[in-house]
Amino acid sequence: MLRLAPYLTAGLVAGPIAVGLLGVTLPAFGLLPGLGGDMATLAPWFRLLDQPGLGRSVAVALFAGLGSTLIAVLLVFLFLAAADGTRLLGWMRRLVAPLLAVPHAAAAVGVAFLIAPSGLLARLASPWATGWQRPPDLLIVHDGWGLAMIAGLVAKEVPFLLLMCLAVLPSLDPTRRLAIARSLGQPPFTAWLKAVAPGLYPLVRLPVFAVLAFACSTADVALILGPTNPPPLAVAVLRWFADPDLSMRLVASAGALLQLLVSLAAMAAWWAGERVVAGLGRGWLTGGAPGVAGRAVSWLGLAGLPAVAMSLTVAILGLAVSSLAGPWRFPDALPDGLTLAVWARSLPAIAGGLATTLLLAALAAVLATVAVLAVLEQAARRGRAADRAAGRALHGLLYLPLLLPQVPFVFGLVVGAETVGLAPGHGLVLVGHVVFVLPYVLLVLAEPYRRFDPRWIMLGATLGASPARTFWTVRLPILLGPCLAALAVGLAVSVGQYLPTLLLGAGRVETVTTAAVALASGGDRRVVGAWALAQAAVPAAGFALALLLPRLAWRRRRGLGAAR
Amino acid sequence: MHRLTRLIAAVTLLLLSTGPAGAAPPDPTDWDAVLRAARGQTVYWNAWAGEPRINEYVAWAAGQVASRHGVSVVHVKLSETADAVARVLAEKAAGKVAGGSVDLIWINGENFAAMKRSGLLFGPWAEALPNFALTDPANNPAVREDFTVPVEGYEAPWGKAQLVLMSDSAYVAEPPRNLSALLDWARANPGRFAYPRPPDFLGSTFLKQATLGLAVDTAPLYRPVDEAGFEAVTAPLWAWLDALHPLLWRGGRAFPPDGPALRRLVGDSELAIAPAFSATEVAAAVLAGELPAGVRTHGLDGGTIGNVNFLAIPFNATAKAGAMVLANFLLSPEAQARKHDPAVWGGETVLAVDRLAAPARALFDGLDLGPAGLHPAAQGAVLPEPHPSWTERLETAWAARYTAR
Repeated sequence: MLRLAPYLTAGLVAGPIAVGLLGVTLPAFGLLPGLGGDMATLAPWFRLLDQPGLGRSVAVALFAGLGSTLIAVLLVFLFLAAADGTRLLGWMRRLVAPLLAVPHAAAAVGVAFLIAPSGLLARLASPWATGWQRPPDLLIVHDGWGLAMIAGLVAKEVPFLLLMCLAVLPSLDPTRRLAIARSLGQPPFTAWLKAVAPGLYPLVRLPVFAVLAFACSTADVALILGPTNPPPLAVAVLRWFADPDLSMRLVASAGALLQLLVSLAAMAAWWAGERVVAGLGRGWLTGGAPGVAGRAVSWLGLAGLPAVAMSLTVAILGLAVSSLAGPWRFPDALPDGLTLAVWARSLPAIAGGLATTLLLAALAAVLATVAVLAVLEQAARRGRAADRAAGRALHGLLYLPLLLPQVPFVFGLVVGAETVGLAPGHGLVLVGHVVFVLPYVLLVLAEPYRRFDPRWIMLGATLGASPARTFWTVRLPILLGPCLAALAVGLAVSVGQYLPTLLLGAGRVETVTTAAVALASGGDRRVVGAWALAQAAVPAAGFALALLLPRLAWRRRRGLGAAR
Repeated sequence: MHRLTRLIAAVTLLLLSTGPAGAAPPDPTDWDAVLRAARGQTVYWNAWAGEPRINEYVAWAAGQVASRHGVSVVHVKLSETADAVARVLAEKAAGKVAGGSVDLIWINGENFAAMKRSGLLFGPWAEALPNFALTDPANNPAVREDFTVPVEGYEAPWGKAQLVLMSDSAYVAEPPRNLSALLDWARANPGRFAYPRPPDFLGSTFLKQATLGLAVDTAPLYRPVDEAGFEAVTAPLWAWLDALHPLLWRGGRAFPPDGPALRRLVGDSELAIAPAFSATEVAAAVLAGELPAGVRTHGLDGGTIGNVNFLAIPFNATAKAGAMVLANFLLSPEAQARKHDPAVWGGETVLAVDRLAAPARALFDGLDLGPAGLHPAAQGAVLPEPHPSWTERLETAWAARYTAR
């Protein structure tokens, strides 16, 4: 059974991917039977190139994707370097975990409300400091180069990257590395950057690429914070897909393939950047001169990440307040009275989808985690080179859904499912969720699995335990923490799925998210605040459990925490 | 014994052929048969769900139709009507000609034109609805034309919208009543007016309104667009927009995405004047505290564009009879008056209220439209929508002129 696991998992992911890709590629070349398209043509590509502002859309997507990823990586690494060994690190870990559960769209709405000219910061400072009786006409949100969008993306990426770093950091034994660097005369901040960072980066490289791909192709954050005229490419593709002129779907499909190329180009640029940094950094790393990274940079590192995390927290609190607000006119710092009216109106809709949301998310997370564990365990048991190459190919395949633009991919899936006669409904939605949840679960589990000290397993084997027994009694208990983290991340990803749920369920599978996104299109900030909190509550509960359970389970096995 | 077997077989066949999943579509002109066929069906009604007030109204209507006609209704909540169109298109692409997953769509304009053109709709059925006559179609041609595309019974009217301007009386003493007055006002108050970026529905409507209001001769706008005519008709529009854009919110460098965003910006006092789709919906938003109490609505001299929104049944819908029963209920004076009430939704009725029988009319006379509501007389004339080919041509030309590169 276990031997079949890699093939089953590969099929589970490859089937939908192939169908989805086919569903984008054929229309991009004019083939869409429903519209009478039965001749391959390049016309959609020419129409795509004719779209005004296309160049700018691509440029903004690249700029925002690369810019936000670079800023987020720098913030996390500088913070870890500066905060190593301080209490601040523990505080941030606790502050940042719940932020991970906040859906991207909700975070973006919160950030928009924080920094807009009529937003929370302006209200807090007006009119006493600014003299503003009315919001100033300043282009802050929706600015032409997507700076506000970069801010929103950074705010959501930093918690993810920080947690990914903290998860693998212990396996590097940073204390000993630091001790050596310090003994060579390096000050603490520089010592961390020279001795720990070069070891840490390769371990979080995949999550960084996942972040980059997401940032280049995200539509929801871009819709709320990004430029509007023209919008980033992903939003433009979404608009073409929603165009009442059905032939624009062909252009949209071509645009979606272009989006795929843009994401790949961004990753190529990042890869080239890595080479350059590695080349330039070698001399600095091995040269003994201490203190090149100055005190100012160290302060920046110490303050930057907490500032971002605090801003996002305040933004979410702002949303929470606005969900309870009565009339709240500019420049009042606080609403004119509190009311439960919005919650009373929204709760029935939210509660209606709650059971479905939980069931789908739990099933998708468990299925994905079991599949990933089976794949990793099978790979761990056989160590031949050929198997390892196949394993790498399999991993590449499983990560592919992170790269695919969702809209056309899901549309292709719908056409494919209908063609083979699969009825839309809960089953199909579940498959869709698993495809998008799997790569994240793999991201969380792959590194702990690879770092797992094989001597534990050998120890089990020498005591006469079967591979299955060592898995259940040795490996799984030691990896309980990462497994629960994977489940929690899977839960959060599943809860966040909007388009796959809507389209694969033919709109009949109602989750908190489908209700929430539909309501958010109405634009009432109070309603958006209510659903954002409700939507974040489910994954937040998952993360809380993931943090709590290992503590309960390890109460009598405290040494396990260190065994990893 | 033998005879009994044959009887059982015959009854079984009969039961199978008249079951609710019977393949033959119901005949809309035989209303009793439609009611019979509808009983026990489940209608998946795909409707935009961005407004809690509308969703509550939909839930109310679902309850009514369930208790009166035994039809259960599920509101499939959309953020874009095009998502439902995509669903039907995907089903057609996959060759699914029956048993489709969408039974009724709230729709109009280009979405309808596209679905009708691509053969994605069932019909004709709408004019056979018993309540259709209450719209007084003979004197109310708007219910038979959707953006000048003949409806031909492929969708049933449900609601109405007529473009208005909302203005915050805290900042606007004398609301501008025509386009050149609006430009003058914007000169005096830069950054306080905005319209959504076309091809958003409201943005495009504003664009068409400006075209109609500025064109020397509006007749060409009601024929399919031709290139030479386009230049001549739209020259004053571009001159006006060129002057207006630097005076827009954010200097015209960013555009609000849609009507709800405009409403939020008026609520935050970022904007003082903005277009809106219907006076009653603005009134409802004021009542709900979403907009400041001082917000008022007004029309423009010479009238503003009005249009009707509809309900359509896809060609492969499963519960066609149930969908027709629901559409007919939604056209009843009781359902329409409730929809019109700003305290419930504030969606304008499509019925010819002055021609209703007295008890039905009383349902409307009793409604309190609030200070932001508009009496039909104050709203001004209804200008019909231009030919749909203009919409797309105007949107393309706008994007070519005003998209940053």
